[in-house]
This record gives sequence, C-alpha cells and structure tokens, in this order.
Amino acid sequence: MNEIIIEATAIKKTLGRGAGEVKALRGIDLTLRRGEFTLLMGPSGSGKTTLLLVLGCMLAPSSGALTVCGTPTSGVDKEGLARIRRDHIGFVFQSYHLFPTLTAAQNVQLALDIRHERGGKARKRAQEALNLVGLEQKADTLPGELSGGEQQRVAIARAFVANPSVILADEPTAALDGNNGRSIMRILADAAHQRERAVLVVTHDPRVIPFADRIVEIEDGLLVDTGSGEPERLHLPKAAAFRP
Amino acid sequence: MSLVPTLAARNLFHDRLRFAATLVGIVFSVVLVMIQMGLFLGFGRMVTTMIDHTSADLWVLPKGAKCFEDPSLLDAKLRDKVASVDGVASVVPLVIGFSDWRLESGELTPIFVVGADLRDGSLRPWNVVEGDVRALSQNGAVVVDRSYYDRLGVSKIGSTAEIRGRHVKVVALTDGIRSFTTTPYVFVDLKNARTYTGAFPDRASNLLVRLKPDADRDTVLKAVRAQVGEHEVLTTDEFRSRSRSFWLFGTGAGAALFAGALLGVIVGTVIVAQTLYSSTKDHLSEFATLRAMGSSNGYIYRVIIYQALLNAIIGFIIATAIGAVVVEMTAKSALPIVITPWLIAALFVLTVVMCVASAIGAIVRVVRIDPATVFMR
Repeated sequence: MNEIIIEATAIKKTLGRGAGEVKALRGIDLTLRRGEFTLLMGPSGSGKTTLLLVLGCMLAPSSGALTVCGTPTSGVDKEGLARIRRDHIGFVFQSYHLFPTLTAAQNVQLALDIRHERGGKARKRAQEALNLVGLEQKADTLPGELSGGEQQRVAIARAFVANPSVILADEPTAALDGNNGRSIMRILADAAHQRERAVLVVTHDPRVIPFADRIVEIEDGLLVDTGSGEPERLHLPKAAAFRP
Repeated sequence: MSLVPTLAARNLFHDRLRFAATLVGIVFSVVLVMIQMGLFLGFGRMVTTMIDHTSADLWVLPKGAKCFEDPSLLDAKLRDKVASVDGVASVVPLVIGFSDWRLESGELTPIFVVGADLRDGSLRPWNVVEGDVRALSQNGAVVVDRSYYDRLGVSKIGSTAEIRGRHVKVVALTDGIRSFTTTPYVFVDLKNARTYTGAFPDRASNLLVRLKPDADRDTVLKAVRAQVGEHEVLTTDEFRSRSRSFWLFGTGAGAALFAGALLGVIVGTVIVAQTLYSSTKDHLSEFATLRAMGSSNGYIYRVIIYQALLNAIIGFIIATAIGAVVVEMTAKSALPIVITPWLIAALFVLTVVMCVASAIGAIVRVVRIDPATVFMR
C-alpha cells in the first residue's frame, strides 16, 4: 500500500450562519496516497470545492481531523497553514491564475521564489518544469500571448516545480477543448504515476474518467463512493471521453 | 535574485496612467516640501547674512536686542571698557538703522543703513564688483548692491542721491547683498551712519569684539559681560541663532513654511496611499494566488513595499530635478531657495517614509485576503 499523503477523518464544515447556514461537508473520511490519481466528482453544490479547500489547508474544518504528510493541521494558524501548502501542496486552478505581467518561466519560478529558492538553479528548474509540460519554447512568453491550454500547462508546471507531495486541481479542463483537456489530464496522470505524487482532480467533466485510478463521488456533503470500484462503472459514453 | 522587485515593478508599470498619477502626487508633494524647506533655509541664511559677514568673535548688544536689524542703541563708551578686557584684540562699533533715500527724480524710498568701519573686525561690504570700498571714508560715499539699481535710481559708480537731505555718491557696487525685507542695504561710513539714522555720536547699535588668537573665548566672554552691565554679550553663533529664531519663529514665518511642508507631506501620503491601495486592490487575485500557493504574508508585503519604494525613488528623482531648476531660478531673487545636501538626504528619507507609510493601507487590505477566493473565480 502506498504512503498516505493526506488523511481526512470525519471532516465536517458548516458555511454561513443562522438562516443561511449550510452544512457543506457532513463527515468526510478520505485518504490520498502517493502515486494515486483520484477524481473527486459530484454535482454542483455537492461540496467538491469545499472539500478541496479543506484538503488544501485553505479552509479550516468545523470538526474532524486532517493530516498532510503526517502533519496535523488542527490548531495551526494561517501562516502555519500557508507553510504546509508551501511545503507539500501544488495547486492547479480552473482559471489558471497566472500573473499576467510575468513570463511563463517567471510564473513557474514564482513557486520556487516563495520557497526562497532563487538564482540560476531556480531558473533551471523552472525551465525543466516547462519542458515537462511541452512549453520549452514559450518560457519568455507572457500568459496573454498563450492559448488557454498553454496557460493551464504553465499553471501545472508551476504546481510541479517545487516537487510537492500532492497536487490538487480544480476543474483543470473546464475551459479547454478536447485536445487540450486530454493533454492536461495526461500530464496530471503522469505526475501521479511516474513522479509518485498524490493527485486529486475535482471535476464534473466525465471525459476525464479514463485517466483516474480512483473516483470519489460526493453528494450533499457526504462521500457516496470512496472509489474502491472500477472507474468505468460510471458508464461514460466512449465518444465523450478523453482517451489516455 | 528574488522575483519580488520584478513583480513589484511589473505591477507598477502595468497601469501607466495610475503610475503617472502616483508620480505626480509624489513629485508635487516632494517639490512642495523642498521649496518650503528651501525657503526656510534661504530665509535662515538671509536673516543672518550681515552677521555671517563679520569677523567678530563676540557681539555686545543693547539689552533685549532680538536680531541684527534691532534699532536699539547702546552707549559707545562701553567700547573702552570692553577693549580693556584681557584677551580682547579689537572693539569696533557698528551703527545700523532705517532711513530715507531720495532718488534724483525726487521719489523717496526706505533704506537700511549699515555703518561700516573699514578697520579689521568690522562689517564691510563684500562681493564688491566695481569701485573701491576704501572710498567709503570720503564724505557722502555709499556702497550699494547693483540688484537695487531700480529701487535706488542709480545705474553706475558716481550716481548720486540724498539720504535725509544729504548728498551721497555711489563709490562702489556689490553683487548679491540683498535684504529679505526687500529694503535695500546701503553701506556708509560709521560717522555718516549716525547722521543718516539720527543716532547721537556717542551711540552705537552693537560693538563687534575680536579676540586675540590665544584668548580663551569663554573666559573673555565672562569678563566682557562683567564690564557691560545690563547689556548683552553673545558669541557670533549665539547671535546668529537668536536672530534666526526671531525672524523664523518670532514672526511666524517659519511656522508658515513648516505648515506648508507638512501639508505637502500629507497630500503626498494621501495620494500615494490612495493609488497604492487601488493598485493592490486590482492585484488582489494575484496576491490571493500567491497566498494559496503558500507564500507568507511577508512575501506579499515585500511586493507592496517594493512598489512603494519604486514610487519613492522615481518620484524623488523627478522632484529633485524640478527642485534644481527652481533653485537656479530663484538664485538671484530677494529670497533664494537653498537646497543643501542634508536637505536632499532628509527629503529622500522623508519620501521613502511617506511612500512606505502609504503602503500600510494596502498591506492591511492584503492581510484580509482569503486564499480560497482563487477557487471561486
């Protein structure tokens, strides 16, 4: 059995107060293991993003326990949680969130810069990360001059470059066409399988299912399936799928 | 090298219009402060220009005299008493006062008479550009500054006029001896000064005391004080300081200049704070992304402070260039703006402090960033 990277136990999260109170997570148990590519799926409003935020140490659970690489997050202050993210987690956002005034290489380098890794070594690592996502020729290009797929690949390179133990991706293919979506999913799957990272992708895009080792379904704040079965059980129409 | 300066510079230069507005605010503020403080320094120098150009070690003043221009008189006989003090090399009386100058056209204009004595230790005209100061000993001889040609109705050596109905002739011309009161200084012989100001022959405005080279100043100062009774004895530095204090703070002029400078600082701070805050607000999603990626708050603060510093440095360079032009333009005026290396250094520190302080609002805003917002967009 692979090493556990993230372990969430009995996670509950209530958002809002009074009449507007919503129980977004109602007791989640989930583990993410090294080398495993997991999809988190569910309908809108089911709690996917809230769970991602909790697993990514951006939202404190109302109750329950979370450990990241063996470090409990309970009682850790904001700076401490930022440190856990910095040390262990890489993020890929749906809207890329690249810095428009920095080049692709500088955007990637930024992930090292916040870890105080600078100079020629950092530049070299950033270039290597861009090579991995097939953007070796675009290092000096500004995000505005890149296509959506290229921007997402820069964002993935940024998430990889500091060698985090886990990568959390939020709808990474939502804004992409078939080819770009497939390319992104292949990169993320490689990150899990070849680079021994835990990868969790939040999505409601059924086309990505063929890439997953495990599919976790969430509904009304509860996991209805923790992914012990085969991914294909969702009966995805073949024509609609991104093929690995 | 960290990407912080790069990110700060790109954030700043990305919105050129806002950057220009920020610079205008900083430049306006720094130039305003520079001019106010330059005027303060210029005024401070102008009010002591006569004191600065004597070679006296001690001044004997009428009791309560507040400045060089004070019209009070003392008994000139004190001179012998002071001269008898051990360590005193010379004692020279000085007579000053306001009088009237009648131009050849018949028009009257006020003047400030300075009764100079040509002997060592006295106050004699300087920056003489034409004529001979020694001719002041001639009856009716005067020395004027050429910047007052129009006011005095003279145009060259040999020009004539009247002071208190007595015929006078210009024997020498100076350059740059201007009065901050705009009343022209007119140098005359000591004896004539008494005539022109209406002072009795046994009266003097001040006594200028020079010490022997080996004399101990403090010891002589005490001895002279013992000789002059109720009158005051000050070192040149003390008299300069008193004169400056009177004109700058006794009259409220200095306070007005400081108030102007303070206003400049406030306006600059508000403008920079506003634009920096607005810039930070525009880049909130980027700062939230940094935070989501795990950056410390300190990293983000550094980006904002670098932006403030860049604003400060660029704004200061432009303001200094403008200040240099203003200094050049006022160099020959009645009240030149004086900018010293110390003032430049102090202004630079002030600009940096102002800009960094302006970043506080932006930093407070960034502290409240929720990194989770990057998942909501």
